[in-house]
This record gives sequence, C-alpha cells and structure tokens, in this order.
Amino acid sequence: MNSLLSAAFDGQMLSEYGSGLLTTLYLTLACALVSYLIGIPVGVLLSVTDKDGIRPNKLVNTVVGFLVNVLRSIPFVILLVVALPFTKLLVGTKVGDTAFLVPLILSAAPFVARMVESSLKEVDKGVIEAAHSMGSTDMQIILKVLLPEAKPSLLVGGAIAVTTILGYTPLATLVGGGGLGAIAVQYGLYRFNYPVMYIASILIIILVQILQELGLRLAKRSDKRISR
Amino acid sequence: MIELRNLEKTYHTATRDVTAIKGINLTIENGDIFGIIGLSGAGKSTLVRCINFLEKPTSGSVIFNGTDVGTLDDAGLRAVRRKMSMIFQSFNLLAQRTALGNVLYPLEISGVKRSEALRKARELLSIVGLADRENSYPAQLSGGQKQRVAIARALATDPEVLLCDEATSALDPNTTRQVLDLLKRINTEMGVTIVIITHEMKVIEQICNKVAVLDNSTVVECGSVSDIFLAPRSHIARELILPQSEAVPAVTGRTCLRLVFDGNSSFEPVISNLTLECRTAVNILGANTKNIDGKAYGQIIIQLPDDEMAVRRVTDYLARIHISYTEESLHE
Repeated sequence: MNSLLSAAFDGQMLSEYGSGLLTTLYLTLACALVSYLIGIPVGVLLSVTDKDGIRPNKLVNTVVGFLVNVLRSIPFVILLVVALPFTKLLVGTKVGDTAFLVPLILSAAPFVARMVESSLKEVDKGVIEAAHSMGSTDMQIILKVLLPEAKPSLLVGGAIAVTTILGYTPLATLVGGGGLGAIAVQYGLYRFNYPVMYIASILIIILVQILQELGLRLAKRSDKRISR
Repeated sequence: MIELRNLEKTYHTATRDVTAIKGINLTIENGDIFGIIGLSGAGKSTLVRCINFLEKPTSGSVIFNGTDVGTLDDAGLRAVRRKMSMIFQSFNLLAQRTALGNVLYPLEISGVKRSEALRKARELLSIVGLADRENSYPAQLSGGQKQRVAIARALATDPEVLLCDEATSALDPNTTRQVLDLLKRINTEMGVTIVIITHEMKVIEQICNKVAVLDNSTVVECGSVSDIFLAPRSHIARELILPQSEAVPAVTGRTCLRLVFDGNSSFEPVISNLTLECRTAVNILGANTKNIDGKAYGQIIIQLPDDEMAVRRVTDYLARIHISYTEESLHE
C-alpha cells in the first residue's frame, strides 16, 4: 500500500494527472461551448413560442419540446452506444476524446436548452410589454431585452451546466477517452489502485468547486438588480 | 387625434368569457391631458392597452391621426407605437441597463446613430432632472426617479401621445405631485398629448382638462374636469369625488344632501347661513374642497333632521341661493 501511495505521486503519475486535468477541461468546456451554441437558439425558440411567449406557436413549441424531452430522457450510457454510428459519421472515429464529445453534446444541449428557456421565462413580463410599447421587433426583444435581462440567471445556469457536464466526463473511459475521471476509473476499478483513484477524484472535486464558484461570481457581478 | 369607436375587449378563458371593456367611444384631442378614472376592475388598464394594441380589441376601432390602427401591418403598428409612448405603474425599466442605457433603448431599435442617440438621451435625462444619475442602474434609483427615467425613455421617439397606466400609483403623494408636474410641463412645453389612467381623483384634479369615468367596463360619464366635478351625474363619479365611505352616517334613514359649490360660493359660509336662515341644525358627514384650474370647488354631504318641514326649508333655501345639490342615499 505504501509503495502504491508513493507511486501515486511519482513524476510519471504527476504528468498523467496534469494531462488528465487538461483533457477533462477540454471535454467539459468544448461540450459546454457547443451545447450553448445549440442550446441558446433552441431555448429562445422554446420560450418565444410558449403560450406566454412573445410569439406563441403551439406546433413549433410542442415539436421542439418533444425532441428535447426525448433526448433528455435517454440515459447517457445508452445514448453513448446508440450514437456510435452518428459519431463515426460526424468525426470519423468511434473512439477517443473527440468521439466522446458527440454523445456528450447530444445529451447536454437539450438540458442547456431547457435551462436557457427557464432563464428567459424569468424576465419581467412588464419589461417585455414596455419593449413592445416602444415598437420593438421580436428579434430586438430577443437580442436586446430577453437575453441581456436574463444574463445573471443564464450565468448561474451556465455554472450548473458546466459542473453537470464535468460529472459525465469519467464515462469517456468507455470509448477510450481520457481525463481525470478516466484515470480514476481505470486505476480504481480495474487495478484496485485506490491512492490514484482518490487523488484523481479529489482533483475533480476541486475543479468542480472552482468552476462553480467562478460561474456564480460572474453571475453576481453581472446582476445589476442588486444595488451596490 | 385619437378616436375610440365602439371599442370592446373580451377575454376567453376556459370556463367563461370576461368582458373587460365594451361600447367605448372617446375622442382625445391634440394637446389634451385626458384622464380615464375608475375603480380597480373597471377596465382601465385594458382600455389603455387597446389604444396602442398591446391588447388587440375584440371589436371596434382605434383611429390615430386618421389611420385605423387595427388595419396596420406589424411594421405600421410599430411605427404608430413610437408615436404613442407608454409609461407604467411598475416603471418596467430594463434592470440590466443604466438610466442612460434605458433611454438609449428606443433610439437603438429605431436605428438612430450612436452619437446622436447619446446626445438626445442625455438631453432627455436632464429634462426629467436626472442628468447626474445617468450611470445608475434602476435598482439604485427611487420610485420617482425610476418613473422619470421611464418618462425620458418614452419621450425618446418624439411621441405625439404619452399613455400613462397608473403611472403614479406606486409613488408617495409628494413624488406623485412632482411626476404630475413633470407630465404637465411635457404637455405644455413639448405639446405632447397625455392620456392618464388612474383610480385617484387627485391625479385628475391636478393635471387633467378632460376626464372619462369608467365603471363596469364602460364610460358612464365624460367631459371637462370642472363640469364633471360640479355636476357628477353618475353614482361612481360622486363616489370618486367624495367617497361616502369617508362620510360616516350618524343616523341612517335620514335625508342626506350632497351640496356642490362652484368657484364663487366656496368662499361664503353657506352652512352657517343655512342653519341661521332655516333655524335647523344639520350634521356634516363629509366635506372636500378641490383646486381645479385655479378655482376652488367643494362638496359637502350634510344630514338633515328627521322633520319634513325642516327638509323643505333647507332645500328651498339652497334653491334660492343657487347651490346645486343632490339627494344621497346612504344605503347604496
């Protein structure tokens, strides 16, 4: 056990933690970025076409809402397998970090879309009414009222989304991907090397705390509703 | 300038239809400060939202400068809305923008050049007396200041009409007076026609020249403020001018009279003379004097003794000295 403990801190392992950390960050942030690129327009569409939205459209809302719900209700591990042919088509391979990103995004984007939708729905109806009364177009209301007014809530949602995505990254190990999570699974589950598993896990916990705190601070700083 | 013809709005809910306003016919002239007063639930807010089509009327039409607003396409409607600004009870400022940013918003969306927009927004903020607060966010401003920012924002598109939906209802009496003074100044100096929705008679008295009284979804009375004040025909108008709830009846069942004084008789000791002349004691249940356009108007509710001869003497006396009165029932 002592030899395992000292081995867990040797030079080779330290560099493995380092590259694992970078891979985890890459998986998490790349997934969050693409998920928001997809999730923001879809979330806007959902909130705008809602019956209390600025342009109610029951058909669009129901269809998009259904697709989002279907993707969200597939357990991630199953989605990972089901999406393999699609992944191969999209990135040319079924294994590795980038291949893992495809199902991860497929799973995260609908979740992000719902978070964006709920943030936009929090925007004061009176402010939207005022924007209408000033002769705003729907696009102006989306870009200049809904999204900016929802910014603090969107950032809080962002912190939750990033940490949730990070929580799924260990599964990268199933398709030969890396990262701190993969290190913890491989050393802990397959080789019973608990010191490495604990170190990788603690690093993940620290990372989650940092990202969470960063997001909340950004949100708080951007919120002008609190007088200072 | 604005003509409402047979305006009606009905909301369809799952269980029943609710008619918010019906049979509304009003004409608002250029330069008016037009008050629309009514108790809550009378349909005031729906009415004002039908004017700029924030609520689409179920039937009837809104004619603005000769154009039927209901026939316009989206772009046409947006152009009309820029000429018919609106301010709200809850201010409805963009919380994530500064005072200046809020005033800039309508200029941004109508494509005004940045430098020109900045100049204009700063000028408007100084008109409403907030030049030094341009970098404050709404959360850092008081209620009165927020409403001034909202007024500056509403004026940014050079509107011909300013619709005010209970604009002072969330403000204290002092601030209310200041905001109303500002509105009056905007009316006289910038020639903006103002429509004010309110449930407070004091708002009407302070700045309106015309008033429509709304009750039960429809206009029950409409005319110049002094006319309505001197001779309110509807029960609801009398209630709003001097609420009976303020006049506590000492003994019910006796005859009560509501005396209305115009500018001249306000200065005479009418009640003292009346008791001396008629040799009868009256009970004053409530009284109110208002300043409308610089003239004093008053109303007094008196209760007469339970004696037909005395009642006759009093009414004869009032008729002789030309004081108008109406008999009040305290049981309504």
